[in-house]
Amino acid sequence: MQDFLNMLIASVIPLLFILVYAVVILWVEIKVASHVQDRLGYMYTGGFHGWAQPIADLLKLLTKEHITPVNSDKVLFTLAPVIVFASSYAAYAALPFTSTFVAANLNVGVFYIIAITSFVVIGILMAGWSSNNKYSMLGAMRSVAQIVSYEVPTALSILTVIVVAGTLNLQEICQMQKGGLFNWFIFKYPPFMFITFLIYFTASLAEVNRTPFDIPEAESELVAGYHTEYTGMKFAMFYLAEYANMFLVSGISAILFFGGWNSPFGDFMSGPAWGVFWFVLKGLFFVFLQIMLRWTLPRLRVDQLMYVSWKVLTPISFVNILIVGLWALLK
Amino acid sequence: MSLFDIAFYIIAVLTIASAIVVVSARNIIYSAFALLFTFFGVAGLYVLLNADFIAVTQVLIYVGGILVLIIFGIMLTTKFFDVPVRSEALHVGPAILVTGAIMGTLVGVVLKTKWFNVMNVQWENTTKKIGEKLMTDFLLPFEVASVVLLVALLGAVIIARREKF
Repeated sequence: MQDFLNMLIASVIPLLFILVYAVVILWVEIKVASHVQDRLGYMYTGGFHGWAQPIADLLKLLTKEHITPVNSDKVLFTLAPVIVFASSYAAYAALPFTSTFVAANLNVGVFYIIAITSFVVIGILMAGWSSNNKYSMLGAMRSVAQIVSYEVPTALSILTVIVVAGTLNLQEICQMQKGGLFNWFIFKYPPFMFITFLIYFTASLAEVNRTPFDIPEAESELVAGYHTEYTGMKFAMFYLAEYANMFLVSGISAILFFGGWNSPFGDFMSGPAWGVFWFVLKGLFFVFLQIMLRWTLPRLRVDQLMYVSWKVLTPISFVNILIVGLWALLK
Repeated sequence: MSLFDIAFYIIAVLTIASAIVVVSARNIIYSAFALLFTFFGVAGLYVLLNADFIAVTQVLIYVGGILVLIIFGIMLTTKFFDVPVRSEALHVGPAILVTGAIMGTLVGVVLKTKWFNVMNVQWENTTKKIGEKLMTDFLLPFEVASVVLLVALLGAVIIARREKF
């Protein structure tokens, strides 16, 4: 019974984190969008700069009617958002929030995250197919083609870090980067680890369907892509999964290249509680970067998207992994 | 019942139930999606056997690769060209004979074999050992497999790029 309780607590913490973070980031996204476009955005709800607006939005989504199209496939239509969210939530299990807390300290941590997020692909295909709508279908197809293509550079850049670290365990990777700013992997083997980070960051933007790679839900061409037919909480599940995935890839960036929960000042401001602070701060910084990019860059065309993945990122990451591997071997 | 047993039974029921859906569903897209849960269940069984690396590889390759390809194949043929792909039951008699014989053999083997009951094994990191074995003792099969995959890849590209049919 004690075991079971421990597991329950360990699994509820990431869920609570995702929910709170989603509400915060919803507000940040709208505010950043507004300020980038030189307007104010929410100003009324709750008083200070409309801070309560995302809560109101959530309540609205919760009370909305569930509409299931007549010719849709009822079972798969309901199952799809669950699978999409469940897989991004499951990936959080291997994310070390601090030196003392990681829901499941897996020896195959990064590998597990890469594998479990492939359920998202199936969920998206399910949503697109069961909606029985050509826009959903095309959106799902594009989304999957994109995610599968960009998995190659993502996996290769993660592999480069694995070559340096010699372990797949994310907690151990964090521990290796202890002792201040210059022990972070981003500063190792200059400038090759920095190139690796750039590849990872670009490819991860495509993995989570964010601009400039948001062609799966290109609103001007495809209405809303694979979640066109979804309403109410089912739609909210897709939204939540998207935000959860954004923090997931940002968290992995933070762990693999920026020391995870390590303080940038060595022993100063370090410890389990500060660990949470640094990790979340680093994660949120990359989420913020993703949001800024969304409102500044235009969208890529489908052929440009494939060109970037197969002819630019993949060859560079192959050369990169060779150089880093050789350097690590000769040292 | 311990937590381990509960996990095992949940995973076993999930695997078998979804496998039944895979073979019995009339609509082939249901078979494909049910296969997702079968693969997931098998990965879960690997986890319970402490084979974490194999479990993750199972999910990565079968769910992330093969299943996506299968579903893509079905979708591109049914939704866009209006060809109904349904699985029918054909040759019921011979099928029962063959599957019955296979099942009989399997049940016989399962009942006759003396199974090792390994208790209290130390949990070990399998990834490193698998890597070392692949690079030393099993280098040739590993390389042959990669060449086979390369040939399949080239073949697929040549077939797909042919201009005239």
